[in-house]
Amino acid sequence: MTARFRRLVETDRPPVSLTIDGVSVTALLGDTLMVAMLTNGDALRTSEFAASEPAAPEPSDGRRAGFCLMGACQDCWVWTASGARLRACSTPVQNGMTISTRQPEATWANIA
Amino acid sequence: MGEHRVIIVGAGPAGVRAAQAVVRAGLRPIVIDEASRAGGQIYRRPPENFKRDHEALYGTEAARARAIHEDFAALLPHIDYRPETLVWNVAEGHVWAAHEGETQAIPYNALIVCSGASDRVAPIKGWQAAGCYSLGGAQIALKAQGCAIGHRVIFLGSGPLLYLAAAQYVKAGAEVAAVLDTSPFWLRVKAAPKLAAMPELLWQGVKLLRDLKRAGVPVLTGVTPVEIEGDPQNGVSGVTVRHKGAVRHFAGDAVAMGWHVKPEAQIADLARATFAFDPATRQWLPQTDADGRAGNALYLGGDGARVLGARSAEVTGELAAMAALADLGLTVDADRRRWLLAEKANYATFAKGLAQAFPWPHELVAAIPDDAIVCRCEAVTAAALRASVSTAHAQEANRAKAFSRVGMGRCQGRYCGHASAEIIAAARAVSLEKTGRLRGQAPVKPIPVSLKRNDI
Repeated sequence: MTARFRRLVETDRPPVSLTIDGVSVTALLGDTLMVAMLTNGDALRTSEFAASEPAAPEPSDGRRAGFCLMGACQDCWVWTASGARLRACSTPVQNGMTISTRQPEATWANIA
Repeated sequence: MGEHRVIIVGAGPAGVRAAQAVVRAGLRPIVIDEASRAGGQIYRRPPENFKRDHEALYGTEAARARAIHEDFAALLPHIDYRPETLVWNVAEGHVWAAHEGETQAIPYNALIVCSGASDRVAPIKGWQAAGCYSLGGAQIALKAQGCAIGHRVIFLGSGPLLYLAAAQYVKAGAEVAAVLDTSPFWLRVKAAPKLAAMPELLWQGVKLLRDLKRAGVPVLTGVTPVEIEGDPQNGVSGVTVRHKGAVRHFAGDAVAMGWHVKPEAQIADLARATFAFDPATRQWLPQTDADGRAGNALYLGGDGARVLGARSAEVTGELAAMAALADLGLTVDADRRRWLLAEKANYATFAKGLAQAFPWPHELVAAIPDDAIVCRCEAVTAAALRASVSTAHAQEANRAKAFSRVGMGRCQGRYCGHASAEIIAAARAVSLEKTGRLRGQAPVKPIPVSLKRNDI
């Protein structure tokens, strides 16, 4: 998969391994989760909204890759295997992380 | 720690200087910062295993950055420092802080908020595509992570950071496709007398432009953005602008966009600061006296109060702390205060020059096409926002937010609020001031419902 981010400097750091959507990838110690993911791919998640007007045929207005990198926009949410939400821009990557770019299915009480 | 509890929010240049002043007065302040390392955004530090030195990271501001980092390190034994901690509410004399799944309500006698700023962004058709980043975000990628946001980056917006970030990208070896400034060059000439209040900063700006041109980067001023091209699957593929009557297209896989920065004033809002409309920059700003007093034991310093830049933040952070100390009955150095106030005045003149030279493109925002997205959190178009005025008869920003959800998504209005107000004002044909101000709401950022309360 195409990398979105391009590493320019500070590349002599020890590697760390993580799993993104079941695929094992390598990042560098000190990377944010966002950099780890976007040097191994081109998006972090898929928007859960479709464009409001005019009526859009697509269920989503597209894939997202973060926006502000400073913890303000919340565009970079990803999920751990256990369902915890992480802000990828401000979470340091850790060896052995298992990340999902799709929100794990929530279980709602069936009250119908 | 004595009877006075002083809480400082933020550990950027303003928060660090505020903490220093409070410690000098013999108190032990609580310093709460969301980041893991002090420095704020401009003097943001990479993780500890990164090797670039201050000169490589901060260029002309290296000495200032080093001073902030070293002075804060020296303060550590004398303060209650709480990194990676989010202040998510202020109510009834308590700061609500969250850290690692727990939250605490901390009472205070004085609250000094140095919450910094975030990018002021104009929505451009297509800006929801993956690969569009805020200008500040593009700079953080390079400074804190050694990365470019793409393989061929287009810089779009206005203001000094546009040129600074683009020049830093070029210097680091990134490919910069173009720098596209919505402000016409003649405004810079007109603003020169005010910009001359800070000759060194003015000269830095001139050098940045020269460096970009020498590197062969096309720099276009007075552009009208038409569209950020791309597709929902693959993200950005280029930018189209109108320039001097011609349509110009630039191919690239990333866009860094921003029109200056604006105060992160949500905490000040919850702490009951009064806001007033500032016609020069077309935004609502928290009101303080010259020293930073905002009433109710609240003091504001740095860009979180008014955007005057990182150098000025050191001045206004210290001033805010001195005001708090004086109000607590402690003695402050009157000569020092006078000197700081004079410095602040110079930075304010310079900031007026910047606002004049690189204006917020409000006509462009008001005229954004119906099918362009205003709220990128929830993909709400300009048409939907306009309908909240024309069909649902929303008269002001909070009502339009309720109808359209613009300002209600995960960024809580940080990146659509200013644009939304312009679009509502144009749709109603009233002044921007009449559209009102989006009220701050707690929590100021999303927090987990599972937070455990753990009060002191």
